[in-house]
This record gives sequence, C-alpha cells and structure tokens, in this order.
Amino acid sequence: MASLRDVQNQIVGVKKTKQITKAMNMVASAKLRNAQNRIERFRPYADKFYEMLGDLAAGADESVHPLLEVRDEVKTVGIMVTTSDRGLCGAFNVNIITKAMKLAQEKAKEGKAVKMYCIGKKARDAFRKTDFEIVRAQADAMGSFDFTLAASVGNELIAGYIAGELDEVHVVFGEFVSIAKQIPVDLTILPMAATEPGEAASGGSGDYLYEPSVEGLLAELLPRFIKVQVYRGLLDTSASEHAARMAAMDNATRACDDMTKSLTLLYNKTRQAAITADLMDIVGGAEALKG
Amino acid sequence: MANTLKLEIVTPDRKVLSENVEYVGAPGILGEFGILPSHVPFLSALGIGNLHYKQEGKAYYVFISGGFAEVSNNKVTILAEVAEKATEIDIERAKKARERAEARASQAKEKIDAARNQAALRRAIARMSCQTSGKSAGTC
Repeated sequence: MASLRDVQNQIVGVKKTKQITKAMNMVASAKLRNAQNRIERFRPYADKFYEMLGDLAAGADESVHPLLEVRDEVKTVGIMVTTSDRGLCGAFNVNIITKAMKLAQEKAKEGKAVKMYCIGKKARDAFRKTDFEIVRAQADAMGSFDFTLAASVGNELIAGYIAGELDEVHVVFGEFVSIAKQIPVDLTILPMAATEPGEAASGGSGDYLYEPSVEGLLAELLPRFIKVQVYRGLLDTSASEHAARMAAMDNATRACDDMTKSLTLLYNKTRQAAITADLMDIVGGAEALKG
Repeated sequence: MANTLKLEIVTPDRKVLSENVEYVGAPGILGEFGILPSHVPFLSALGIGNLHYKQEGKAYYVFISGGFAEVSNNKVTILAEVAEKATEIDIERAKKARERAEARASQAKEKIDAARNQAALRRAIARMSCQTSGKSAGTC
C-alpha cells in the first residue's frame, strides 16, 4: 500500500497540473474570442467578394483567364494543409492531418504527383515523415498572421498553377462550425470553375460599367479570390485550434478534479488504516504487559 | 434625387469605415475617378493612391492599396487589401520605407525586385501625401 507521504505528493502534483490546464483553458478562450472577431471582421469582405465575382463570372468562360482553365489531364496536385503550431488541443490536428493524408494517398494512387504546402508546425512534422514532396513548410506562423501570409502562399499556388506545375489545388483546414464543433474540410480552390459560387444570383451584371474591362477585372479578382480563400482557411483553423484547445483543457481540468477526489479518498483510507494499526499495537502491548 | 451616398471601406482584417458622404474620389487603375450620388452602377479595379471623400463640406483622405470599388444603388463599396485613414498613418514608417526604397532603387538590381521596390516606393509616397492632404484640409 502506498504510504501517506506518497499519496500526499500525488495530490499536490495533480492540483498543480490542474492549475496549468485551467490557465491554458482561459488563455485559449481569450484567444478564441480574438480569432472569432477576426472572422467576423473578415466576413463582410468575403461576402462582398463572392457577390462581385458571381456577377462578373456569369458572362465569362475559361478562355478569359488562365485560372479558369480546367485541365483535361491532372498530373500534379497541390495540397495546402493548415494546422496549429502547438499541440494540447485534443484530436484537432490529427483530424486535419488524417484528412490531408488520405487525400494525398488517394491522389498518389491515381498516379498523380502530390506537392504539399504545410502551414503550421504539426502539419510540417507529420508530412516530413512521408515521401510526399514538401514545397513549402511554414512553422510558427499561426501565432500571429495577417493577410500578407495568405497573399504569399496564394501567390505561390497561383504561380504554380499558371506555370503548369500544379493542375489542381486543394486546401485542407479545420472549419470552425461552433465552439463545440470543428470539422476538417477539403476545399478545391483551383481550377476555379469547381468553386465558383453558382450562377450569378442577381443577373444584374448587364447594367454595370466596368473599368478596365470584364477580362481585366477578372484578372485582378481571380488571384485575389484565391488569397481570400487561403486566408479564410487560416482564420478558420486558428479559431478552431483555440476552440479545440479550450475543450481539451476543460476535460483535463475535470479529470484533475476527479483524480484529486479519488486520491483524497485513498489518503483518508490510508491514514485511518495507519491509525487503526497503531491502536492495535498499543492495545496489544497493554494486554501483554497485564500478562 | 438623394444628395448623399453611402461609402463603405472594408479590408480583410477590418471594416475601415462606413459613412454617408457627398462625393468620393478614388484611385482607379486607369486613373482617378469621382463618384457623386446617383451614379450609374460601376465596377473598377483600384491602384495605389489616395481615396478622398467629402462630408459636410470637409475633405477626408484614406490611403488605399489595391482592391476594387463597386458602385450600385447609391452605395460605394471599396474592397481594399490595405486601407488606412489619414489619421492612422504611421508617417515615420512611411518615411523610412521611402528612404529604403530609394536607396534600393539606386543600387539597380534585378527586374522583379525593381517592380516590387517601385510599388513600395509608390505606397510610401502615397501614404505621406495622404496625410499631408488630410492636414491641409484640416481633417487630420
């Protein structure tokens, strides 16, 4: 049986762990609020963007811009994976990586070359162990990023697509559905036709004056649209990460409570057993003296 | 006829402003254009430069870099990659960026760098002129 001292040490240890997990929970919730705000602020921009593109793309076909071109034969697939830099957030990163890994293996089975773009330390570490070619690996980016990161990754993807080095581009990220729910999502961003937001809803594009021209505007809009989608992936992943960590730390804190409870019970039992044993000794001794 | 129009400037990171104004002048990619209330629907790409708008007779300035302007239903929406109000511009940073860009330009390197450098220089100059114009209009 464990000695009193041992049990006491364990209780102290568990309580300290609880303090840490509780603090991490609070930090994660503060960061989540920030990340959620950023999504909120980004939404009007993104919404407006979809609207504009919908209007414009209604009359356009693939010949207008290289990014709209659908290739008959897909030889190389680019996959951009976004995960967090740090762990301790439950199965969040694992889920995203599994999703990306499956996609990559599927494409490889079909005889296509796969190129990986890893944003976030966890994605980088996971894909380093595989044979897939990693074109870009960026760790320690998720802590503080802004549109410039999305722009630089987006530019790389666009340049690859136009140069013919990539024939299809996917983005895998953790979609932030709610605080309790984050799901890994695989989004095909190139070729564009696959992701265009339906037909133009309003159909009122005919009345617009365009400057410079529809083609010229599309040439400006389409690359930016890629960046917008990449940015959305980054934002969602970051919010999801914090939400996942919050949940994980909440569980850990609760587990600590349970452990302290059962350890305290054990401690009291051990203490009582020791007292009983001592009493037995004294009584036994007294009986012996009476002789 | 309405005598004001709604101006909204949004960037990926925030909503910069949303006001009722009397006139908007924006740096289009083919040159500056002006928009008055009841303008016909219009869509344009934007370059680097200063957007200005008039509200109650005063002129306000906003630095813009890249993006689009959409005009419809008496509403101007600016989707910019970067947008800073004249009051928010960090003039020291712009000055330094300008010096850096000028120093690099004199070294004359590869062509890609030169294009990027020129864009940086244009941004720095536009930021500085934006604040200067804002100050002279008394709104900064």
